[in-house]
Amino acid sequence: MTNLFNYIDRSSPIHRLTGASKLVCLLTWSLAAMSGFHTPLLAILTLVSLGLFKFSKIKLKDVSFMLGFTFVFMLLNNLLIFLFSPEHGVTIYGSRTVLFKIAGPYVVTAEQLFYHLNVALKYTCTIPIVLLFVCTTNPSEFAASLNRIGVSYRISYSVALALRYIPDIQREYGDISQAQQARGIEMSKKASLVSRLKSVSGILIPLILSSMERIDTISNAMELRGFGKDPKRTWYSGRPFAKGDWIAMGLCIALLIFSFILTAVNGGRYFNPFM
Amino acid sequence: MDNDIVISFENFGFQYTAQAEPTLYDINLNIRKGEKVLIAGPSGCGKSTIAHCINGLIPASYPGKATGKLTIGGQNALELGLFGLSKIVGTVLQDADGQFIGLTVAEDIAFALENDCVSTEEMHQHVKTVAKLVDVEQVLHHAPHEVSGGQKQRVSLAGVMVNKVDVLLFDEPLANLDPATGKQAIELIDQIQKHTGCAVIIIEHRIEDVLHRNVDRVVLMGEGRILYDGSADRMLCSDLLQKSGIREPLYVTALKYAGVHLTEDMHPASLTELSLTDSQKQQVRDWFNRQPTPPAAEQAPVLFQSENLDFTYPGGHHALKGIDVTIHKGEMLSIVGTNGAGKSTFSKAVCGFVKPQSGKLTLNGTDLSTLSIKERADHIGYVMQNPNQMISKTQIFDEVAFGLRNRGVAEDEVRRRVEETLKICGLYSFRNWPVSALSYGQKKRVTIASILVLEPEMILLDEPTAGQDFRHYTEIMDFLQQLNRQGITVVLITHDMHLMLEYTPRAVVFHDGHVIADKSAAQVLNDPEIVAQAHLKETSLYHLAMTCGIPEPEEFTRRFIARDQEVR
Repeated sequence: MTNLFNYIDRSSPIHRLTGASKLVCLLTWSLAAMSGFHTPLLAILTLVSLGLFKFSKIKLKDVSFMLGFTFVFMLLNNLLIFLFSPEHGVTIYGSRTVLFKIAGPYVVTAEQLFYHLNVALKYTCTIPIVLLFVCTTNPSEFAASLNRIGVSYRISYSVALALRYIPDIQREYGDISQAQQARGIEMSKKASLVSRLKSVSGILIPLILSSMERIDTISNAMELRGFGKDPKRTWYSGRPFAKGDWIAMGLCIALLIFSFILTAVNGGRYFNPFM
Repeated sequence: MDNDIVISFENFGFQYTAQAEPTLYDINLNIRKGEKVLIAGPSGCGKSTIAHCINGLIPASYPGKATGKLTIGGQNALELGLFGLSKIVGTVLQDADGQFIGLTVAEDIAFALENDCVSTEEMHQHVKTVAKLVDVEQVLHHAPHEVSGGQKQRVSLAGVMVNKVDVLLFDEPLANLDPATGKQAIELIDQIQKHTGCAVIIIEHRIEDVLHRNVDRVVLMGEGRILYDGSADRMLCSDLLQKSGIREPLYVTALKYAGVHLTEDMHPASLTELSLTDSQKQQVRDWFNRQPTPPAAEQAPVLFQSENLDFTYPGGHHALKGIDVTIHKGEMLSIVGTNGAGKSTFSKAVCGFVKPQSGKLTLNGTDLSTLSIKERADHIGYVMQNPNQMISKTQIFDEVAFGLRNRGVAEDEVRRRVEETLKICGLYSFRNWPVSALSYGQKKRVTIASILVLEPEMILLDEPTAGQDFRHYTEIMDFLQQLNRQGITVVLITHDMHLMLEYTPRAVVFHDGHVIADKSAAQVLNDPEIVAQAHLKETSLYHLAMTCGIPEPEEFTRRFIARDQEVR
């Protein structure tokens, strides 16, 4: 099985949830986390998401690559915020507590640090949930889940198929690239970037042509077996919602509503300890 | 109208929108319930068009103008449309890998049911039943791409059988299969037909392989018309196949060479039911004794050597386990074996696409390990199976010149060498044409030309004749043979037994990362143990030699091939 979804088949309550309910949970959870900068809520969500992670029997080393990747991304994000907008926290929180100066406009304030903490928390409370979805959702259920939450089955299936073909196309790219290198195009670092980019076209044209053939075959195969004849279809790997699914979705929707209420009561998207 | 008729063409004609001439003329053809019909003919004869009309891809995917009448299941095919027809006709496409839709075998089988909005529970039940029927229950949760070639065929068959169709249509089912798997596929089709009572239509040009199991009728097509519609026995007694450029079963050709007069009651369509009188057997023996022994190939100096080559993929797959192969100057040899036996990995190691962990490759005594992919390509050319994977320029001249220009050769030198190569390849008159105007076989030639222009000492071709009919096959292979006679060493990676028998005196057989045989193609195909391991098939000539009491089937095969090449 292609490991694009990085599905890890273990037995846990999270694995047993249907793909559709997990997708709903992922969306509502992310929306709740993204909509505001309510620090205590974000902190609690981070703790809960880490707990869920443990609960799902997925081990840290299973996802270490993805974790490392997002960690670097988070650092980069924070660094860029500070470089381009060192006073952002001050604007948001309406006070200025200088801790120390670096140089020129770069002054470290408590408000800015607090803002950075919030940005970091957003990562830490959503990334585990995204990884959880990716690792515990059987790829077969993915298209069915998208369809379940209202995406047209034609689009759902196209997305699933596209994802499935990525490894095939990567392999084909490799084969074509090798054959073209044999004919003398230089893809190694010996060539300049411009000439390498030029060479890529020598690979892309055959790749596109052969992918077109592939698409032609698969779309004929699908139509011959009746794909697209009815406005609806059923799914072999679809499962009915069980009690757990309703509970999980209920909790996540409640969370979303709670975060909205919090924003309303708080009178804004930011939790402000400085006032 | 006869109630038993499921498909009926009446004065049917068809012209694709994009073409100036009709592809089908005046087709009159009835197919009855439970009948098994082989539709044969060379490429471009219209047999695929007939298949597309039956399954509804015409006009849904390939628009055009139809004349006359086509009735399927008692209804007008045009009114039924693609989806209506999909309930009556199940189509198994040529490319098993390309037609898998589901992520697992079970989902792929269920695909048609999903589109029919069958409930999930019922679907699981159906899939189980059908999977049991074609014997793929054990792999239901595997990805369809992971299962063996034979199982792939079974899965794609199951995928159309779930619809409880009346007609099963197989579009070139043997095209991508090794000989042994092809034989199993024909047996499977036979078994399923007997079990379900479906009408079966097989579109194929490999007549001998299809006739491994009995068919009720053969429809032979040529240039858009039906040339023959009747029993296989009667067809084989005539010279219709030869005239239409399709290969007869080898044993039938051999009998004809021996001067045996074939009649229908001898059952020439079936190798096992074929009855020969003693005097006819004597005729074959006499012919064998009359034929001169073909001269043995002389040993030329060594060109290429692989010593104890060992390679394991990063994932841990041990693909090459100590490969020793020696190739002599001017040889033409084939490398055969099942998928995954190591033949492709071997060719990648030779071209430098993968780096073997141990072992040595030498060309003219020089170690290849220090040479880059590009440098090796100056000596060893590699031609991929699908020409569309190699062609990156729109003009033929530019495509052939690509490798030289990349090497910084001066433009007048490029012109001289490209033109010379185009002449050798019979493409000179096309030099200013766009590549897109060429046929598949011509594109293949362009890719070979684009490698030859670099003047390699050896060329390596991956399945050069895959999916080609007999005429194109002969064209490509004769061309390669001609190059070989000019001194270029040719190595072919292939499944095709005819190819190895007819064109390559020597065959190297790979199995599970080892070389299990390295001898003449005739010897390989007459060795039952190697034939079984490498998924090959004994040639029918072997059986014929046995039946006629000729104790040297290998020699019989060699003499037949020598004679056959003279005649063609």
